Amino acid sequence: MKQFVIRRIGYCVLSLFLLSLTIFFFVRVTGDPATLLVEPGASPADIAAIHHQFGLDRPLIVQYALFMASVLTGDLGQSFYYRTPVLELYWSRLPNSVMLATAAMAFSLLIGIPSGILASVRVGRFWDNAGKVFALLGLSLPSFWVGLVMILVFSVYLGWLPSSGSGTPLHLIMPAFALGWYFAASHMRLTRSSMLEVLGSEYVKLARLKGLPQSLVIAKHAFKNALIPVLTLAGINFVIMISVAVVVETVFAWPGVGRLLYEGIAFRDFPVVQGTVLMLGAMTVIVNLVVDVLYAVIDPRIRLAS
Amino acid sequence: MLFTPLLEIENLSTHYVSAQGTRVVRGVDDVSLRIHPGETLGIVGESGSGKSTLALTILRVLPPAARIVSGRMMFEGEDLLRKSDEEMQKIRGRRIAMILQDPMASLNPLFTIGNQVAEPIRVHEGASRATAWNRARELLKSVRIPSPETRVTQYPHEMSGGMRQRIVGAIGISCEPRLLIADEPTTSLDLTIQAQYLKLLRDLQRAHGLALIFITHNLGIVAKMCDQLAVMYAGRVVESGPVSRIFNAPMHPYTEALLNSIPKMGDDRQRLTAIDGQPPDLSKLPPGCAFAPRCPRAFDRCLQSAPPETAPEEGRTTRCWLAAPVIGVAAPVLRREAV
Amino acid sequence: MSTTSEVLTLPSQAPRFGFIRGLRLSGFPMIPTAILLGIAFVAVFANQLAPHNPEVGSLVARFKPPFWETGGTTKYLLGTDQLGRDVLSRLIFGARVSMVVSITAVLFAGVVGTTLGIISGYLGGWVDQVIMRLVDTWLALPALTFAIFLAAIVGPSMWNIVIILGITYWTRYARVTRGEVLSLKEREFVRLAIVAGCSKWTIMRRHILPNVINSAIVLGTLMVGVVIITEATLSFLGVGVPPPQPAWGLMLSDGKQSLMVGRWWLTIFPGCCIMLMVLSANILGDWLRVKLDPQLRQL
Repeated sequence: MKQFVIRRIGYCVLSLFLLSLTIFFFVRVTGDPATLLVEPGASPADIAAIHHQFGLDRPLIVQYALFMASVLTGDLGQSFYYRTPVLELYWSRLPNSVMLATAAMAFSLLIGIPSGILASVRVGRFWDNAGKVFALLGLSLPSFWVGLVMILVFSVYLGWLPSSGSGTPLHLIMPAFALGWYFAASHMRLTRSSMLEVLGSEYVKLARLKGLPQSLVIAKHAFKNALIPVLTLAGINFVIMISVAVVVETVFAWPGVGRLLYEGIAFRDFPVVQGTVLMLGAMTVIVNLVVDVLYAVIDPRIRLAS
Repeated sequence: MLFTPLLEIENLSTHYVSAQGTRVVRGVDDVSLRIHPGETLGIVGESGSGKSTLALTILRVLPPAARIVSGRMMFEGEDLLRKSDEEMQKIRGRRIAMILQDPMASLNPLFTIGNQVAEPIRVHEGASRATAWNRARELLKSVRIPSPETRVTQYPHEMSGGMRQRIVGAIGISCEPRLLIADEPTTSLDLTIQAQYLKLLRDLQRAHGLALIFITHNLGIVAKMCDQLAVMYAGRVVESGPVSRIFNAPMHPYTEALLNSIPKMGDDRQRLTAIDGQPPDLSKLPPGCAFAPRCPRAFDRCLQSAPPETAPEEGRTTRCWLAAPVIGVAAPVLRREAV
Repeated sequence: MSTTSEVLTLPSQAPRFGFIRGLRLSGFPMIPTAILLGIAFVAVFANQLAPHNPEVGSLVARFKPPFWETGGTTKYLLGTDQLGRDVLSRLIFGARVSMVVSITAVLFAGVVGTTLGIISGYLGGWVDQVIMRLVDTWLALPALTFAIFLAAIVGPSMWNIVIILGITYWTRYARVTRGEVLSLKEREFVRLAIVAGCSKWTIMRRHILPNVINSAIVLGTLMVGVVIITEATLSFLGVGVPPPQPAWGLMLSDGKQSLMVGRWWLTIFPGCCIMLMVLSANILGDWLRVKLDPQLRQL
């Protein structure tokens, strides 16, 4: 177990290193970062000053070391638009993103897991087919369009829900649904296939042979085993949700990290864009690590194999 | 036969139907068998001959594609095929139990041994957790698991294959069933552990007065363990009867071929006699005897029509034209009178 | 073609062009295929089909609703947008953008990913290590964020989007292909080719590639949907195809502003187009996956 965790942390550090390298590299390769680092409309003199200030005239390795040094000390630069440190902005927006992702995740699991189980015990019947349609639509409809259509129906025509902003639970309903549908579909598909695999296993057969009622076979022997891959996926999806939320947050003007990224793009606020992407990437890598370790905790086979 | 059989299967057929309903595979085809209390019945045959399907049919735990199309299964005077699902549930694990082939896969990796052994006791007898766990410890002791007190709290992956198979055995006998079906319980164990396990099964059988259906493809084990034998080929029982009599004088060429394929002590031949040809495709059986294409003694008639089950001797049956009393006028077994 | 490899294909029985042979038409999704072909047709003949110039509108004819609504005219069948441009024409030219972007991006990602996957799987060793570490990191990053980031730094243009989508999604092909190659490597016909002295390059090209092409095609079909949604998302966020070029995502972004006053046609029509195309590609991809490659199910 200890070894496993150490190895996973090693991979995680490597990934973070490659992540920083990728971001650094792309910014330098695709043009003069100075034009990105100054505010739009800066004079050539300003650009030259920036060149010197950020050490862009020095060798790449030195530049990377400086970049990493500032990142590691928590300095992701200053937002042009808000005039505050990027990291501060990020932390101030993160709770909103987490709230939205939590709601969307809760929705996706509450819909995805039961419907996946239902589909797996009724293969080829009505609920299985209904679930397939629901999943296919969820995977095919862009979340921002779902959001727009919901605004049209529930805000413009029916007037039931607020179209944008945050503050009350009502504000959360539409963004959570728009964001969660796709994930509900993917959780449902995985639950179904993993349930089918488990239901075909020998231990489920033995559970039936023991004379356990069908409900107990499914709820105890099949469910817990089938849940492991679904929870793993859900853990990884949680971070992906925070990143994917950029569009949904834009549609509903939800003040999360995604909206911060959008604002960064819209106002050509490059430090915000770079900082947000770096933080989102790092969060994904770290959450992947946590999920792997938790996975080991749930499953005694991994927990005890050390 | 003086006693009424514990389980009497008559003309049982189980077919697998493909999703479109176009392909029908006769997994079990017109099988008749009986087993008396305390007796051991061996069922042998190549893989795919319908042994496991037969076992699952008895317990009515079949995959969704399978249909029991005809027959009767009288168990202690009641037809299992007429039972509702709820009634069947109360029979499974309590009156008829089964041990599966693969000890590695048949225990749920996420629950402790104690939990899984105690489960049928709790479900069938409504015992409290403490009582059921005490019984589980005793059961583990009776299947010779060392230090059962600590083992109950462990998980399946912490046990060796032999130990897991004994645990599966303990689950099988946990509610003191009348009939235990063991589906190739030793195939994945190594030889010394196999021998220990077989001895354990025999001891358990004696101690509890169990009837045992032993499914295997190993005739050596049959010789050691079984009183009665049924040989299956392509979903049918091609020969059945007392083990010693079948071993001395097989009636069906397939049985004969199987017996010849066992290497004998002091045998000079270096080569094993294998049976030529492949087992048939169960969805495309020939019109005649299913074994005819591989049978060294097949003649015209074997290719044209399938031989019925006949009883050339008291207590034995076979499905072969050669064994019919008068070739051409086959006397079908009159099962009711034979009781 | 070297003579050695020519001789070798004979005994090896490598299932070449298994794609065509493995295709059976039962349960073929007719309607989705027809929709995709229809969109392709519209994309090709956009110049002939579109009633108006998609990029130029007349400001007097702003916000006309579709013809069946009050205030709509048959001149603009599906209405006009905030600059008085014809929605139908923009949808038609938008189909061209979606088709070009999705096909080229999927091809680009497919060629890069499959090639690297084959090299990584076949050569093994440090090459494999390097490529797979790269793939792992790439996959650990949220794809959409990464695409947005790249689009934001390189600036908007249709071909930039194609390249960005390609470098965002090649990893999926590399993963799948590498896995297949690892098992193909142990197969008889590859071993035979090795024994017969074929060069590594020849083996990869003539023996491995034809056998992984099935999976690549299945994956490619399924990727079309992902790529279209990503493209629409980038356009919606303003880092995709630059205006005034008509892209469906961009139309949605424009339409968003007047959604609250009930100008539904600016949102519903482009969204429906995206939905139809993605849904069709996904249904077709699912069918192909089941038909050609049951192992890909976990994707």
